[in-house]
Amino acid sequence: MKQDILNIQHLCWQVPGGGEVIRDLDLSLQDGKLVVVTGPNGGGKSTLAKLIAGVETPASGRIFLNGADITDLDVTRRARLGIGFAFQQPVRFKGLTVRDLLELAAGGRLTEGELCALLGKVGLCANEYIDREMNASLSGGEAKRIEIATVLARGAQLSIFDEPEAGIDLWSFARLVETFEELRRTQRGTLLIISHQERILSIADEIIVIADGRVRASGPRAEILPTLLADEHAMRCPLEKGARR
Amino acid sequence: MNHITQQLLQIVSDLPDNFRGAFNIREDGQCAGRQSSDHVRIESKTDAPGLVIQVEPGTRGETVYIPACVTHGDVDDLVYNDFFIGENADVVVVAGCGVHTDDDSEARHNGIHRFFLGNGSHVVYREKHIGTGKGAGAKRIDPVTDIVLGEDAVLEMDTVQLSGVDSTTRKTTATLSARARLVVRERLLTDGDETARSEFEVTVTGDDAAVDLVSRSVAKGRSHQEFVSVIKGQARCTGHSECDAILADEGTVVALPGLEAAHPDAALIHEAAIGKIAGEQLLKLRTLGLTEEEAEARIIDGFLK
Repeated sequence: MKQDILNIQHLCWQVPGGGEVIRDLDLSLQDGKLVVVTGPNGGGKSTLAKLIAGVETPASGRIFLNGADITDLDVTRRARLGIGFAFQQPVRFKGLTVRDLLELAAGGRLTEGELCALLGKVGLCANEYIDREMNASLSGGEAKRIEIATVLARGAQLSIFDEPEAGIDLWSFARLVETFEELRRTQRGTLLIISHQERILSIADEIIVIADGRVRASGPRAEILPTLLADEHAMRCPLEKGARR
Repeated sequence: MNHITQQLLQIVSDLPDNFRGAFNIREDGQCAGRQSSDHVRIESKTDAPGLVIQVEPGTRGETVYIPACVTHGDVDDLVYNDFFIGENADVVVVAGCGVHTDDDSEARHNGIHRFFLGNGSHVVYREKHIGTGKGAGAKRIDPVTDIVLGEDAVLEMDTVQLSGVDSTTRKTTATLSARARLVVRERLLTDGDETARSEFEVTVTGDDAAVDLVSRSVAKGRSHQEFVSVIKGQARCTGHSECDAILADEGTVVALPGLEAAHPDAALIHEAAIGKIAGEQLLKLRTLGLTEEEAEARIIDGFLK
């Protein structure tokens, strides 16, 4: 049996001066799995991703990576321990090129072939992009795909993608889904994907449903996905009583 | 030339050894080496310190080096260099400047460059500035560039202030004839108590001419920068100026953009953004394994690249 790469215990987070977003959340992820976190908007999925990556700091609770307590480690140290994080909203830089970002992510120089392979995985042609600045001249979809490529370049133990489908066209999205499947087959490490897309849910090993800051359901895809789809057909939110079993 | 000039030249000018083209090296107000080429003639001015650089019409692919160095304190070097670029010529001009002082007296270079570009000519003009030395004396560089572009002429001006210049005032004026194009890229880094002021005044008199002026700067320490630009559209033309500045530590920046449209078909735009490095930019690079300090340095390096 695979061991847990990530273990979260009694995690809480609240908006400064506001309400609780993550409430006493417990979670475990097995190494080597493709895990999709889903649930209604505002339920705490993206916040959970940021807490794992160290972008946000929990109010209480503990986070363990490979059995080591990383709760008090900052973003940099978590990244160096093997956590990769693709932001939902890609970050723009004046003066940094796509090549610069990918090489920073990879930790060294990349050949044209390696750059081409990385960008190809997100449906971009390297020749058109590697020397372009990661600035406002890129469309939202282009920037999003490059953002995802930076995480692919890291080859992290735990790669977190926050709504990778947002802003991406259908064709690139299909290529991205193939990439996630390929990563699961060929790379060690765990993929944690925040998503609402059925196409991504349908390739998950495990699905975790988060609503109102708590884990409402989790388990193998075969167990969770039919329930989710039934709820969808019934226009029923996972928060409703009886919606989850 | 002395060893300080040699060191400064390595930084501000990529003049190769045994260069066969046209060059003039100025050291502490004197000529430390000069050479003309078949198509580029460099001669001393007769009425003032400085040079007359004549590029023959149709000259293509040549690079002209005219670096200037001040290698000790108590030097106030003033030079007037005039460039006459013949019609349809296409050349690169490299005019780096380094000032150095190891004592308490001031080292200053004040280069006044005038460019007269003939019709259809194209010039890439590169200028790097640096101040070095352990002395408390101020290191100053005050360049003036006056540009006259003939019809269809293009000047691409790329200026960089690397570091160590205590005080600089850059004044650039340009007049553009029909279909001429001026592209300016200014990059500026100040630190400590350094000050920098850039003034641009571009007058577009010819139809279908265009100016694109972009300044990127970083103000660190307690340094202060001022950016003043005016684009005057007196014909059917386009003009764009952009001032992006990053503030670090206690650095301050003032941007005063001006647009004067004196023709109904003058399309002029200005953009300005001043602020600290965005938090999400630092966070993104930290998720790639960089420390906050490394991330800040990388962002600044890229910004000024």
